[in-house]
Amino acid sequence: MKTIEEIKAAIEAAVPDAAMEIVPNPGPSAQHSLRLAPHAAVAVAAFLRDDPELAFDFLSNVTGVDWPDKEIAEKVKVTRQVFKVVDGVEQAVEETVDETHKRTEPGCLEAVYHLFSVAKKHGPLVIRMRTANRTDHAELPSLTLIWRAAEFQEREIFDLYGIVFTGHPDLRRILMWDGFKDHPMRKDYVEPDDYEYEPTAHDHVLARAQEHKSREEGNGGARAQERAGQ
Amino acid sequence: MSAVETKSERAPGWNRPPVVEPDGEGELLEVAMGPHHPSTHGVFRMDVALDGERIIRLKPVFGYLHRNHEKIAEQASYLASMPYTDRLDYFCSLTNNWAYALAVEKLVGQEVPERAEYIRVILAELTRIQNHASTIGFLLQEMGASGTPLMYAFREREKILDLFEQLTGSRMMCNYMRFGGCRVDVSQGWLDGARKVVAGLPGFVDEFEALLTSNEILMARCQGIGILPPDLAVNAGVTGPMLRASGVNYDVRKVDHYGIYDRFKFGIPLGDHGDIYDRYMVRVLEMRESIGILEQALRAIPGGPIMDAKAKIRGFRPKPGEAYGRIEAPKGELGFYLISDGGPNPYRYRVRPPSLINLTVLEDMCLGQSVADVVLIFGSVDIVLGEVDR
Repeated sequence: MKTIEEIKAAIEAAVPDAAMEIVPNPGPSAQHSLRLAPHAAVAVAAFLRDDPELAFDFLSNVTGVDWPDKEIAEKVKVTRQVFKVVDGVEQAVEETVDETHKRTEPGCLEAVYHLFSVAKKHGPLVIRMRTANRTDHAELPSLTLIWRAAEFQEREIFDLYGIVFTGHPDLRRILMWDGFKDHPMRKDYVEPDDYEYEPTAHDHVLARAQEHKSREEGNGGARAQERAGQ
Repeated sequence: MSAVETKSERAPGWNRPPVVEPDGEGELLEVAMGPHHPSTHGVFRMDVALDGERIIRLKPVFGYLHRNHEKIAEQASYLASMPYTDRLDYFCSLTNNWAYALAVEKLVGQEVPERAEYIRVILAELTRIQNHASTIGFLLQEMGASGTPLMYAFREREKILDLFEQLTGSRMMCNYMRFGGCRVDVSQGWLDGARKVVAGLPGFVDEFEALLTSNEILMARCQGIGILPPDLAVNAGVTGPMLRASGVNYDVRKVDHYGIYDRFKFGIPLGDHGDIYDRYMVRVLEMRESIGILEQALRAIPGGPIMDAKAKIRGFRPKPGEAYGRIEAPKGELGFYLISDGGPNPYRYRVRPPSLINLTVLEDMCLGQSVADVVLIFGSVDIVLGEVDR
């Protein structure tokens, strides 16, 4: 198989506006990856599949990764003027203080694709894409039209991570039920206190009974007196 | 009966067979096959739209057994997830163990001693044989051959599970492999027992084939049904015996050269038509190839340690990085993707479940077929819901 640099060069020759960068993998597995810009991802994917030399016709694995917002605390030395009384006279004195600045590095959601070639029997090529943020712009282009193998796996990422794959033909929840609200694989997911609670058919019967009971108590037990009168 | 939408959202280029149109007589019938149906191998539902007996649309629905295995594994240490991998595909716990161990070994760059590699191959091939035998048994059960083929398969599976129990202490939840080797050594008595079981296996496969291969009912029900074309199979990520039954020569044992599979002589059985019968036949032939690997491995198994001396067991913290490791499990390509941030738990732990991804093409194979064939097509995919739902 070609090295990742050669693959990058081949893609750049075919898809000129593909802004890519190589993400090195420091571990012993040395499976380096290629981060694609979402706007050109579909064109790049089609090239990777159809190029006779690369021929990545088999998409093995698709998965999501959550990178939450990071709060970074930095200590900075700040010099400022302070008015102080020195020898009975108020003077402006320069003073150096340590201050901690907190800044949040915005997080993102990432989709990772592992490609192999059945025709050429090589791989893996790892490609990844990042969303703009984790909340309102968690969108990526779907690669299901290039590799059908992504159909269920992208649905799973949508379900568990909340990445919206634009262009996916059938984007629904797959493992959680349709009425479920959150995305459980996110790092900041909070488990519900009561797992067992599910609204049942009995709930509204119970609510009506309670409402009825409170009305009875409210009017001083009028019905009970009526009954006693009869 | 509600109106059924027959044309779903299908973009151009979307790799799907042509939509099956109803013949226009009568109404369409929507049926939920499952989740509690004997043929669904667990809790699995197929929302089917029928025109008479013909399938017009089929949507698989799963998640009934979902327990978010990946999240649990991200909150536990690396080793603590090893017993949990047994519960993915509970028919093949040993190959699940191996896939996970292989991914972690790739992540940390761990070597495995030779004897442990041999033990792994022996256990994986025994697992493959018992999985394929039971799959065929279940398929025949769904075809109406109540009992006999399944009991033949389970009689043999029982012998293999006894071997697993002797070695690991458990019949199905083996929890046997470790990062850099195996948990306990095999004794000479166990190897002798294994040789005895393996010596009996060719006779079992012969008997199985005499019962089934040229059976008229099996041929009538299976040939030409549920055809999966090879280009679609590759594009949809189908792996394992299903892919090879469509005639695609792709076996991770040969492609990735993981473990010590290079040392053994074995063939890759391929199908011609990609129908149910080919899937049945590929599984039978794979059992024969596995028996060959077992005979070679049991003959050549060397002495020595079963754990790498340099393997770190306490305070196991891989350096930051990521790895994707995969093996040829009996059901297809089982992969694990791990990201380490240097901590004691994996930052990301992902299972690539062959059972789930092989179901992508279920609708394609079923469209235009009859209800009774759906049961067989589904049975020939060979899934375990523990792995589909995770």
